Amino acid sequence: MASIDPPLSESAVQEAASVRPAASLWSTGLVAAAAWVGTAALIELWPEIIPQPYGRELAAGALVIALLLAVVAATGKLGGKAAVTIRYYGPWFLASALVVSGWEIVTAKTGLLPVPFFSSPQSILEVFFDDWERLGISVFYSVLLLAKGYFFGALAGFLTGVTIGWSRAASYWVHPVLRLIGPLPATAWLPLAFFIFPTSGSASVFLIALATAFPVTILTWSGIASVNRDYYDIARTLGAKPLFLIFKVAIPAALPHVFVGLFMGLGTSFAVLVVAEMLGVKAGLGWYLQWAQGWAAYANMYAALLVMALMCSTLITILFRVRDWSLSWQKGLVRW
Amino acid sequence: MVVLATKEAELPAAGQQIDIRNVSHQFELEGEPLPVLDNVDFSVEPGSFVALLGPSGCGKSTLLRLLAGLDQPTNGELSVDGEIVGEPDPSRILVFQDPTLFPWRTVWDNVALGLEAQGVLKRSRHRVDNAIELVGLKGFDKAYPHQLSGGMSQRVALARALVNEPRLLLLDEPLGKLDSLTRLTMQTELVSLWQRAGLTAVLVTHDVEEALFLSQRVLIFGPRPARIVADISVDLPYPRHRGDPRLAELRREALGHLGLAATW
Ligand SMILES: Nc1ncnc2c1ncn2[C@@H]1O[C@H](COP(=O)(O)OP(=O)(O)OP(=O)(O)O)[C@@H](O)[C@H]1O
Ligand SMILES: [Mg+2]
Repeated sequence: MASIDPPLSESAVQEAASVRPAASLWSTGLVAAAAWVGTAALIELWPEIIPQPYGRELAAGALVIALLLAVVAATGKLGGKAAVTIRYYGPWFLASALVVSGWEIVTAKTGLLPVPFFSSPQSILEVFFDDWERLGISVFYSVLLLAKGYFFGALAGFLTGVTIGWSRAASYWVHPVLRLIGPLPATAWLPLAFFIFPTSGSASVFLIALATAFPVTILTWSGIASVNRDYYDIARTLGAKPLFLIFKVAIPAALPHVFVGLFMGLGTSFAVLVVAEMLGVKAGLGWYLQWAQGWAAYANMYAALLVMALMCSTLITILFRVRDWSLSWQKGLVRW
Repeated sequence: MVVLATKEAELPAAGQQIDIRNVSHQFELEGEPLPVLDNVDFSVEPGSFVALLGPSGCGKSTLLRLLAGLDQPTNGELSVDGEIVGEPDPSRILVFQDPTLFPWRTVWDNVALGLEAQGVLKRSRHRVDNAIELVGLKGFDKAYPHQLSGGMSQRVALARALVNEPRLLLLDEPLGKLDSLTRLTMQTELVSLWQRAGLTAVLVTHDVEEALFLSQRVLIFGPRPARIVADISVDLPYPRHRGDPRLAELRREALGHLGLAATW
């Protein structure tokens, strides 16, 4: 494979150069493609210190990336949105080729780093090939647990925040409780929760909900409290009744704050999720990490961490999309 | 213009009568009482146009808030059509000094706010369109407030009030933020609107010429705590002409009451 591909990409480049002016060639892309070809060659040709499976698949993957970059580099501005994105991340493609090569060298090729603790790229790839089923199920259970806890927590936090932001009496009673209990990390409740709740699953839902609810409550509350009084006066002179003031004035005005609370809540809920899965729930990525540790399966831990990072990042991205959509009237939003 | 066309048939005498009896008002400022209105007492005939002039901070906005029912006076009473002003009511609309549009609503939705709050929006969507057209913002229905200029925002605020077909329109320097050309156009618009609708209009302004050009009567307040120092009747028919020598005379008189005679 490695012997076929480089000439192929070179010919593609030459062809492009003859058809279009040289300026339309994407030089960073070519360099990045070459770097990935180099990475593939390094993986394939440099013998491993301890032979490992999936080296060839890894090299093939590197070549696919190289090919992709070469095609985008050669076709210039042609191609859809994907090509634009790839061009934008050109320097990143180059840097990651160097990182993968370096990592490959210090682990699989030379064993500079102690082997079981620092897994080589191909051993992590091996986990994805051989254990994808268990990883997939773990992701499913983690997302399910998180979704339940986050949903109830966000809902409870939002309702509490609106209530105490609106009603002086509610604020009088809830505020002191919130001040005392709120700052307590939800994980501190963990031993008690596992004891009180019938299942470790329901206990975890409760803990995640608790962790989510606190920041959502505080931010919703402060959002409602900081609504410009004139909005209420204007709405009242136009004939608005209290329900209209709550749902059409207070809540929309407080929404930017509410989203800050939702982001903070999502962050804390990740932490609680992992701890709960490590200590009680017999499923999910936290449990997978724990299980891998028990077997000293370090590559599995790296793989699980990678999957967890992707999961959390995806969830945050989804929340950003929801916010951008709901707050499209605001200018100058931070993009994720 | 079109907005209020249907109204005339339904309501023979559309304007409301205002009676303000010995109203005094004070605020608390850092524990100290701050008297703002001092024994203000006047009446406004139904369907007339009255302007309030006075130095900055004397209490003009406060008086309008009392009339709208947003605050209750410390002493005295205000009544509209013989009834004491209690809660705000959409028949009396206050256009605030700041446009204060709702930033999460488009221009159209901002103007529709009152009808929506009163639960009549479904039947009267055309009234929203007409009001937007009236203030010259056709085509900006879907714009958000942050996409408007200051003057445009002020016009949206005006449309938001007019769409409710108020019988008493309380205007707190509604043209203050407009450029001078738009301002002149809007002044003429205000007059014809008021004439067509037969509503009662109370206009607060800093601009002596504007007060004289628009209103039938100008009340001049002294410095805080505000009390009425002069009641000038502008005995000129509409449409008026800005160059009218009678207006110049009245202007000199008004400036005299404001302590600015020397500048004439
Ligand atoms: N909510 C409040 N609390 C305390 N003081 C207030 C409040 N609202 C207004 N005041 C004070 O009352 C006085 C009159 O205010 P007001 O807004 O009625 O003035 P104004 O005549 O409309 O002035 P301008 O022409 O500058 O708008 C001011 O001195 C102001 O500081
Ligand atoms: Mg004012």
